[in-house]
Amino acid sequence: MTLLKTKHNRRSFLKVSSAAGGGLMIGFNWLVSCKPATEEMASVPKEWFDVNAFIKIGDNGQITIMSPNPEIGQNVKTAMPMIVAEELDVDWKNVVVEQAGLNTEKFTRQLAGGSQSIRQGWEGLRVAGAAARHVLRQAAAQQWDVPLAEVSTDKGMISHSSGKSISYGEIATHAADMEVPEEIELKDPKAFRIIGTPTKNVDGPKIVAGKPLFGLDYKREGMLIAMIVHPPAFGMKLKELDTSSVKSMPGIRKVFAVQTAPAEKQWSDINAFPELVAVVGESTWQVMKAKKALELNWEQETPMENSEDHDIALAKAVDTPSDEPARKDGDPDAAFRNAAKVVEKVYSAPFLPHNTMEPMNFFAHVTAEKAELVGPIQTPEFLRKSASDLLGLPEDKITVDMTRMGGGFGRRLYGNFGMEAAAISQKMNAPIKLIYTREDDMTQGTYRPAYKIRYRAALDKNNDLVAFQVRGAGIQGGPVFADRFPAGTVSHYLAENNSVESNVSTGAWRAPRSNFVAGAEQSFMDEVAEAAGKDPIEFRLELFEKAMNSPVGEENDYDPARYAGVLKLVKEKSGWGKETPGVYRGVSAYYCHDSYVAQVVDVVVNSGKPKVQKVWCAVDCGIVVNPEGARNQIEGGIIDGIGHAMYGAITFTDGVPDQRNFDKYRLIRNSEAPVEIESFFVDNGIDPTGLGEPSLPPVIAALANAMYKATGKRLYSQPFAQKDIMVG
Amino acid sequence: MAAFTINVNGQQHQVDVAPDTPILWVLRDHLDLVGTKFGCGIAQCGACTVHLNGAAIRSCSVPVSGVGESEITTIEGLSEKADHVLQEAWLEHDVPQCGYCQAGQIMNAAALLTKNPTPSDKDIETAMDGNICRCGTYVRIRAAIKSASEKMS
Repeated sequence: MTLLKTKHNRRSFLKVSSAAGGGLMIGFNWLVSCKPATEEMASVPKEWFDVNAFIKIGDNGQITIMSPNPEIGQNVKTAMPMIVAEELDVDWKNVVVEQAGLNTEKFTRQLAGGSQSIRQGWEGLRVAGAAARHVLRQAAAQQWDVPLAEVSTDKGMISHSSGKSISYGEIATHAADMEVPEEIELKDPKAFRIIGTPTKNVDGPKIVAGKPLFGLDYKREGMLIAMIVHPPAFGMKLKELDTSSVKSMPGIRKVFAVQTAPAEKQWSDINAFPELVAVVGESTWQVMKAKKALELNWEQETPMENSEDHDIALAKAVDTPSDEPARKDGDPDAAFRNAAKVVEKVYSAPFLPHNTMEPMNFFAHVTAEKAELVGPIQTPEFLRKSASDLLGLPEDKITVDMTRMGGGFGRRLYGNFGMEAAAISQKMNAPIKLIYTREDDMTQGTYRPAYKIRYRAALDKNNDLVAFQVRGAGIQGGPVFADRFPAGTVSHYLAENNSVESNVSTGAWRAPRSNFVAGAEQSFMDEVAEAAGKDPIEFRLELFEKAMNSPVGEENDYDPARYAGVLKLVKEKSGWGKETPGVYRGVSAYYCHDSYVAQVVDVVVNSGKPKVQKVWCAVDCGIVVNPEGARNQIEGGIIDGIGHAMYGAITFTDGVPDQRNFDKYRLIRNSEAPVEIESFFVDNGIDPTGLGEPSLPPVIAALANAMYKATGKRLYSQPFAQKDIMVG
Repeated sequence: MAAFTINVNGQQHQVDVAPDTPILWVLRDHLDLVGTKFGCGIAQCGACTVHLNGAAIRSCSVPVSGVGESEITTIEGLSEKADHVLQEAWLEHDVPQCGYCQAGQIMNAAALLTKNPTPSDKDIETAMDGNICRCGTYVRIRAAIKSASEKMS
């Protein structure tokens, strides 16, 4: 039995009449449009009861569960309410999910990032469900005058051994005076009925019907359309704005320069171009045409960089010892001097734009008294704070509502577009929707940094790994996680990070740092295993064995047993070791976002062209809340990883991005994706950990290692396709 | 500005827009049909796919002046109750992640199945290569089209 402290108001139920709470009816409308042909729909709740921040119960038994965190396609809008529903003990088919707006009094950490929504929400969501179930039981026990312990629940019904029963909807009104106990009992995970059951995306029916869900779909009476023009190159700023060519164009209301940065910047305020030109008009096409027709004068402010400059600076950085090593164990210099064999390689990867399919956009309505911000944002709380600073309005006069997001991948952690919308609306004194073109989006910056990393490994005469050295460098920060594998498995170890400054802005991109490190490290490990004459899985398992039995250092940031566990699982499931003619295999294992992933990639060669036939993926992310959504995330991460490793790159000529749209920037296409992906989960009952990101990083190495088997060539530099090796 | 009468989802609509306005923005801004998405504006990503007389086109790159009497079908008009065999298959396979590209994917797939009700794996891949899914749901998209095709036959 798990007892947890509750954090909710002791006076738990608020009675809300449906007449008074117009907003509450949204839940029902949502149900009508999304769950046709269910009997439950036949009756409309006359009254709703706000049980706590997460739960509303209708008097007819309908349950509305709020999903607190932003939905970017990671499917938390399904998974988080599933956790509440499990502890509440209701039938999932009676549950309606609503997206909560930003409310820091009711919710904590309303943020989509770091694959942490489920992990950090887990306990609070369970307690919310369990606390509500408790007070409903208590109300029934009181009404029947029986001990609480004799009152049980089953799918939204409360019953007593005497045969009495009542539904949650019927008892909800009597539960108004019940108090939430200070401690609450949570279900034994073995008794889970909703958690662990493959469950469809709650927004699926709306998505396939083309219903308005996304920020770009948001509309308001009297709303104007705004677009921005940012400087054409990193290092440039606006010199002069001449609006004469466009101000009389049809539908154009105003063209002006606008400053969009807050006085005090937070981490989420990364923006290379805080000063922009805004074009505001009546319809999108009119504004697009005016934007194109604008003649603007820019001037250079800082050096305009080329990709060659970045490459040279990163190469120098991986050749230069860092002043302060991130970690040092033993005596690496001596160990390398005495080594029987040394393997040394350098890996590199370019800048990557996020390229969410829905370009950046935001709705803002700013008046003298208040601001309403609505749109796709992974960090609503941070946006509100910065907007408060920019607009000169207190935070309690600013609301932020989240639409469904057409992808995030980290880009929408940085809410510059929300700030821009707010600044433009304030200037226009009107509701506006800001829309980026694809070109605006792709050339705006906040890219995954370009990276280089140098690895050295020393083997002794027994082909055991005795020393390991890693030095990474990146634009605005090095990529190395000093305390992760192979730290802890090798006696002499040195990890260093160097940073290269640039005016090209960088930010988090799905699985930050890991999205580069995993591909490099696990490709290198393949090469070291080969030099040692060992099977790549056995080689890694030996290292984990050492980390389990005699770990080096105490700060190791991973569990070697779980790491080994996923490797063993993928080994078994893929039938590793058996040779199939024409199939070339590569393996990789990686830990990030508190989860462990091991993958085997099978490459076949059709008419001289390698193609990924199958990816086998073993995952240890603890309890899998929604296996359907989980598999989808894993598949997406794998395809995303393969696609960007093969084709992704943004390069610069004199500060200008060379790729501006999908004619020059290549994203993976349907025919280039693996034919098949099969996922396997370790069943260990541990509390859930991240899943939106962990399947992406390792696949880059599993692909590279399989390609090596197929072609005889090691891949050191992304994108791989530039080496005339095409998949598909 | 000029007045155009266009047929969208079986209904005649009058719009007063510049002749070079792409169908995409007529649908989204003037007819309130926002299921058709903006992705690139240069016919490279497929998010804006609609049918023009049953054939898949990129609505971001076809001006309203070029529509004439042709019938436009959008995701909202693909079926009456969002129950086209592909829409159902999309739900059955739980295809969407973020969901933004999926209307375009479904419209493109629907045009494929009209032309070729029993596409091979290769036919599906080739036909769907113009539609980018940044979340990487391609394996599920292929499976959904396959099962829709099987249900139709």
